[in-house]
Amino acid sequence: MTMLARPETPRHAPTSAPVPNRRRKQRRWPLRLAVTGVVVFCLAPFFWMVVSSLRRSADIFDKTPVPTPVSLENYAAVLHPSQGFLRSLLNSLIVAGTTTVLALVIATLTAYAMARLDFPFKRLVLTAIIATCMFPVVSIVVPLLKLFTSWGWINTYQALIVPSMSFALPLAVWILTAFFRQIPAELEQAAMIDGCTRSQAFRKVILPLAAPGVFTTAIITFITAWNEFIIALTMTNRASMETAPVAISKFVGATEFEIPFGSQMAAGVVVTVPLVVLVVVFQRRIVDGLTAGAVK
Amino acid sequence: MGSETTVRRPHPARTAEPSGPGEPGRTARKRRSESMRLGTLLIAPTVLVLAVVVAFPTLDAIRMSLFGQPGLDPDTGFVSDTEPFVGLDNYATILTDAGARFWNAFANTVFFTITSVALEAVIGVCMALIMHQALRGRALVRASILIPWAIPTAIVALLWRWIFNADGIANALLPGRVLWTTEGIQAMVAVIVADVWKTAPFVGLLVLAGLQLIPRETHEAAKVDGAGAWRRFWSITLPLVKPALLVALLFRILDALRVFDMPYVLIGPRKSSVETLSMLAHDEASNVRFGSGAAYAVLLFLFVVLVAFAFVKLLGADVVGDAEPRPTRRARRKARAPRRAEGSEP
Repeated sequence: MTMLARPETPRHAPTSAPVPNRRRKQRRWPLRLAVTGVVVFCLAPFFWMVVSSLRRSADIFDKTPVPTPVSLENYAAVLHPSQGFLRSLLNSLIVAGTTTVLALVIATLTAYAMARLDFPFKRLVLTAIIATCMFPVVSIVVPLLKLFTSWGWINTYQALIVPSMSFALPLAVWILTAFFRQIPAELEQAAMIDGCTRSQAFRKVILPLAAPGVFTTAIITFITAWNEFIIALTMTNRASMETAPVAISKFVGATEFEIPFGSQMAAGVVVTVPLVVLVVVFQRRIVDGLTAGAVK
Repeated sequence: MGSETTVRRPHPARTAEPSGPGEPGRTARKRRSESMRLGTLLIAPTVLVLAVVVAFPTLDAIRMSLFGQPGLDPDTGFVSDTEPFVGLDNYATILTDAGARFWNAFANTVFFTITSVALEAVIGVCMALIMHQALRGRALVRASILIPWAIPTAIVALLWRWIFNADGIANALLPGRVLWTTEGIQAMVAVIVADVWKTAPFVGLLVLAGLQLIPRETHEAAKVDGAGAWRRFWSITLPLVKPALLVALLFRILDALRVFDMPYVLIGPRKSSVETLSMLAHDEASNVRFGSGAAYAVLLFLFVVLVAFAFVKLLGADVVGDAEPRPTRRARRKARAPRRAEGSEP
């Protein structure tokens, strides 16, 4: 599914060629303006976060588009060991990473079955799994909070990872199923006719071909798990176990009336930068993954 | 889509049967039962995990919602640790005066959902149309459109709380001085703006993928027939992009109904102008009123199910992405005789 990258197929060339070059150029500028509008819409708030994070706390209320002078004061404050923010980042990494690995391992098997095999109630099961993605998380958080409290699981990683599976696993199954469906069944059948068993065909033919899809699904699942908030907020009450989004939302200033916006923006940038890098590097794959399920 | 998918067989596994000289019928049957066994085996882990982390807690929430607060036992006069069974009392409270907070949260949730999803649909479709036309700078547009999606909601909420600060950039750019993050309708506006910023690009992305499935010839034919740009949009683009748009909207609606972190971080907990059902259930549970918290969570769950069901039934959103009419088992058996099943697929 490389359709986003394919501007025009050659067969359209004749229809657009006769348009005189000048007229075409004239028509282009409103479009360019609109495209710029889209980019500005998406990036301006993010830009403002970066700019604000680079101001000194004295001139945090400045409105200049470029911070003068540029200061790393906020980053130093956020990353200072006493803030405990590095620990939150580590927690986020552990929780989101484990959730992603577990979800991917289980989902790969299921997605293969969904895409290739025929068994009773397949459509029903797939619909039920996908429906789970849209489940209100609070309805499982409330009973699990009580259960985990009685088990002494509050402030543990498993208390964050287990409920996260409720959205990560269905999401991974959904995207992976769409990816597996794109692999021609003939390849696997050829391998089986050549004497491979089904599991050999899966391991030696399908899995290598599906690797990019699995990887893409892993990125999307990881980003979703990294962004999780309500579970992490509910299942922790000790600062050292909070994930990064929860920790940032609880940053407080020296006094009650001084909200440390600068540090919040700096922390936001720190949490977001890994995701932005992932998005910029793997943008095409991510778009494929996000749209593969919805528009087959 | 690529050419390889256009000749997709109605049932791939079937065409692969080695049509050996022996007994093809028996091989096929054997293969089918193998496929069934393996299929059941492979989906078992997922079904099991979801049963433990989703089905069980949901049922437990229903059970919990029937119990009240531990306290003084009216019969014995002793303080008891166990929660008394109260039947449907936790649900009944929403019908009395105490239900004001519930109905306020319900109204907030519905208002937020309708307003933000409507805005996201319009903005998303506009963005998709623009991106579809753009030939240059696609990578830049695609990367920038993914950025609001990738930033954690809690961070987005903090970012917009900063933008909407009394001395922030929003008040500097807009006329007047609004105290956005204080109680009142402006708080809801701030939450909606932030949510639209985060998710409209995502809707645009899904709609764009739908747009790219429409052959260019369809548009050109309509153009030749004299249809204007507006007419082409209403009569061709929109109907053809409808399936993708419906799925995107369904997900957005269900996601908006369970909204929690955006208002929680942007405005704060227990603020009546933005409190949603998720926030209410969470607040009750974190104050150890598990019974009423569970009741609110169950009501939210039922509401989400109802909306999803209505949406799928009324508008026919196809979520599974398997809309091609799959041949029934009997039809397949019939099709096996001529063996050339490809022709039946348009």
